[in-house]
Amino acid sequence: MPSVVVENISKSFTAEKKKVLALGDISFDVAKGALFGVIGPDGAGKTTLFRILTTLILADKGKVEIDGFDVVKEYKDIRKRIGYMPGKFSLYQDLTVEENLEFFATIFNTTIKENYSLIKEIYQQIEPFKDRRAGKLSGGMKQKLALSCALIHRPSILFLDEPTTGVDAVSRKEFWHMLKQLQKEGITILVSTPYMDEAALCDTVALIQNGKFLSIDTPEGTVSLFKKPLWAVKSDNMYKLQQDLKQFEGMASIYPFGEYYHLSLNRDSILQEDISAYLTSKVHQGLEINPIKAGIEDVFMELMKSTDD
Amino acid sequence: MIELNTHMITADKLTKQFGDFTAVDQISFDVSKGEIFGFLGANGAGKTTAMRMLCGLSLPTSGKASVNGFDVNTETEKIKRSIGYMSQKFSLYEDLTVRENMRFYGGIYGMTIPQIKLKTQYILEHLHLEKEKDTLVGSLPLGWKQKLSFSVAIFHDPSIVFLDEPTGGVDPITRREFWEMIYEAAHKGTTIFVTTHYMDEAEYCNRVCIMVDGRIEAMDTPANLKKQYESAHMEDVFLKLARKATRIAD
Amino acid sequence: MKQFIAFVKKEFYHIWRDKQTLLILFGMPIAQIMIFGFALTNEVKNAKIAILNPSKDIASATLTQRIDASRYFDVLKNLQSQSQIEAAFQEGKIKLAVIFPQDFNASLLHNNTATIQFIADASDPNIATTLTSYASAIVQDYQEEMKGANTLPYTIQTDTRMLYNPQLKGAYNFVPGVMAMILLLVCTLMTSIAIVREKERGTMEILLASPLQPIVVILAKAIPYLVLSMVNIASILLLSVFVLELPIEGSLPLLIGESILFTITSLSLGLLISSITASQQVAMMISLVGMFLPTLMFSGFMFPIESMPVPLQVISNIVPAKWYFYIVKAVMIKGLGIGAIWKETLILSGMTVFLLGLSIKKYKIRLA
Repeated sequence: MPSVVVENISKSFTAEKKKVLALGDISFDVAKGALFGVIGPDGAGKTTLFRILTTLILADKGKVEIDGFDVVKEYKDIRKRIGYMPGKFSLYQDLTVEENLEFFATIFNTTIKENYSLIKEIYQQIEPFKDRRAGKLSGGMKQKLALSCALIHRPSILFLDEPTTGVDAVSRKEFWHMLKQLQKEGITILVSTPYMDEAALCDTVALIQNGKFLSIDTPEGTVSLFKKPLWAVKSDNMYKLQQDLKQFEGMASIYPFGEYYHLSLNRDSILQEDISAYLTSKVHQGLEINPIKAGIEDVFMELMKSTDD
Repeated sequence: MIELNTHMITADKLTKQFGDFTAVDQISFDVSKGEIFGFLGANGAGKTTAMRMLCGLSLPTSGKASVNGFDVNTETEKIKRSIGYMSQKFSLYEDLTVRENMRFYGGIYGMTIPQIKLKTQYILEHLHLEKEKDTLVGSLPLGWKQKLSFSVAIFHDPSIVFLDEPTGGVDPITRREFWEMIYEAAHKGTTIFVTTHYMDEAEYCNRVCIMVDGRIEAMDTPANLKKQYESAHMEDVFLKLARKATRIAD
Repeated sequence: MKQFIAFVKKEFYHIWRDKQTLLILFGMPIAQIMIFGFALTNEVKNAKIAILNPSKDIASATLTQRIDASRYFDVLKNLQSQSQIEAAFQEGKIKLAVIFPQDFNASLLHNNTATIQFIADASDPNIATTLTSYASAIVQDYQEEMKGANTLPYTIQTDTRMLYNPQLKGAYNFVPGVMAMILLLVCTLMTSIAIVREKERGTMEILLASPLQPIVVILAKAIPYLVLSMVNIASILLLSVFVLELPIEGSLPLLIGESILFTITSLSLGLLISSITASQQVAMMISLVGMFLPTLMFSGFMFPIESMPVPLQVISNIVPAKWYFYIVKAVMIKGLGIGAIWKETLILSGMTVFLLGLSIKKYKIRLA
């Protein structure tokens, strides 16, 4: 039995007398013990989805089962077995690290001791500061404390809504490492993030935009959705390069990626020499043109454009 | 175009202490006119504090710095008038319309009504927002809001604009359109001082400065930094440097 | 049960660690009682009065002398005619005028009865009542002495006229009034804020996604504020008894019991507000505008209900503080027992049951 079964859920909100669709007809399953990533920008519907799954709000229509329990009728059973970390840092800022952990342990009818082995590796990193008020912790430490609190009752499914937003690259790396460790304990993990580069670390990735899934697949499968030829291009004058590439015959899209531009073409017939010749004619120096494999972000933008049209 | 001999920002041993905690520790650097200067660092490395001093919002404990030729110790009001500022959090008034926001910010910087009208028209056309000019900013999608608030930050044609994590949470296409706007502004001679958590965005900068524990640990072009730290991506450079941090709390 | 205790403990941490709010919570009742109390007593000492005594006989002279000798009064001038009274008040120099009839002593001796008139400036009703009651007391004393010396049943009637505010309210209204206000403030305002804060900070999301029963959350939020209110009630009562020397005439357990009842009413109101609001500011606005103002206006504390237009009198009946205010006044000042206030207690209980039921029913098991 999958840990999460979602069938055709939709949800809209009313804002300024207009109906805004937050989620439109979404369906997916998450296998037991899987690490499932929901990736998309702010306002795509990630938080709404997570709140429906954690029984916090009701969908307008559709069906959701968590560990076989219905989110509407059997919400009490679900609340006993899930761990949830909301997007905003949601612990008591005026309570110390230890007080927070103890409080959440008691709320879930357990003690810190009982499940210490599960959180040990995470909690040990903040234990030296256990008498510090949670509000006085750094971003990375708050995140570790929040995760410890969400895990203290050894949930069978863990929901993490944007745990790495606003966190620096070092803490993000550490955080994903922790998630991988937790997965080994048999916990099913659903995590949402706006950072495309985190997709590679999930078993399954759902790309979400405007309340709809653009794709659900393994990271490799997702990447293979990009069918067009893709080139990384670089020159000494990047600003001019972009202007010139936009005029290039056969250009499908051109986006900056780090120090390169990713140029996708709408024809397979265009060769490296053709691009090179065109750019040389535009007087570019230090040209570098390489064929590359698409990444998640390339796919996301491609799918985003195709649904917009 | 970058004018290497014209320094828009200079910092000389700029330091800020809070009690016995040194948030920013003797940082020195110059930013040239038209340069896109990336300011990176882990949470709590001192980025925000440094940026606040340069914007004239906080006085240094010691050291000197000048922004657009004005001293951060004595001429903070002049600094504020000559810079633009945008952050992920503070952007626009959600309960005012697009046009009202521009009218308001133009007014703050002492622009005349005809100037404001002209500029408003230009931005609306440029962002393809003509239809939305009387829409409340609160009901615009996040990506549009961020682009709009950048336009508003450079509404009064400041010579320097400070951007504090301007693209957080924005979708990848809009994020790139946003950087196009940054490039365009820099091309016209505006100096850009930007912080970000996206390491690929660090590559878009002319020069990058990485702060660790309140000090500048590295500062160079992305290409040179990658060479120096034998890394393929800026992310690896950043991880190598930021892992040296000993400071834990913010 | 463990969950409940852990929750209550957490609430006390929140309250204890927010020193500013704590100071306001405990300081305010003390400050209010002191301000109301001392503003009153300071004025009353050496109040300037005028005396019109056309009879100039033994009895009136003795009374005049006694009034002047008391620490409450200071005779500013002796008036010569009725026409001077109005002028003296208008100058604003005097608070009270004592008017003897033409033949005071003779009337007392022949008819066994005589009338003294007190005219008070009741633009400040509390002072006016206090002054007239002090003056009446002096007259009463004198009368008792006369009775003792003489077997004849003399009676001196005091005829009090209140200028500017004929519908005068009692002087010690403010103690029950402050009690009602403090309970409302602590229970309604603080409880609603305490719950809404969890919503605002996002912790409510975690609590809702946990197996915690809603009733546990509600009770655990309510208990600390119930305790806090009791501390406040105790400090108000102690201050009014020992500092203001206002004795509690009726039964103390009854007073405390009624206060607990009203506390629960206020808590239910707070819970109700918290379930319909999403931000601390809105919760505060509703508590202040929706609860505080009606309490000030319709409880009878500031403005006499009897002199309001009928529709407002009807509205005042749905303000719980009105009933509590009435009960406290009856028990504390008039010394009445449960027999005299059972109706009001029943109404207040009904309101409490209704509000508590409604707020538990309205408490959301999900977000929005």
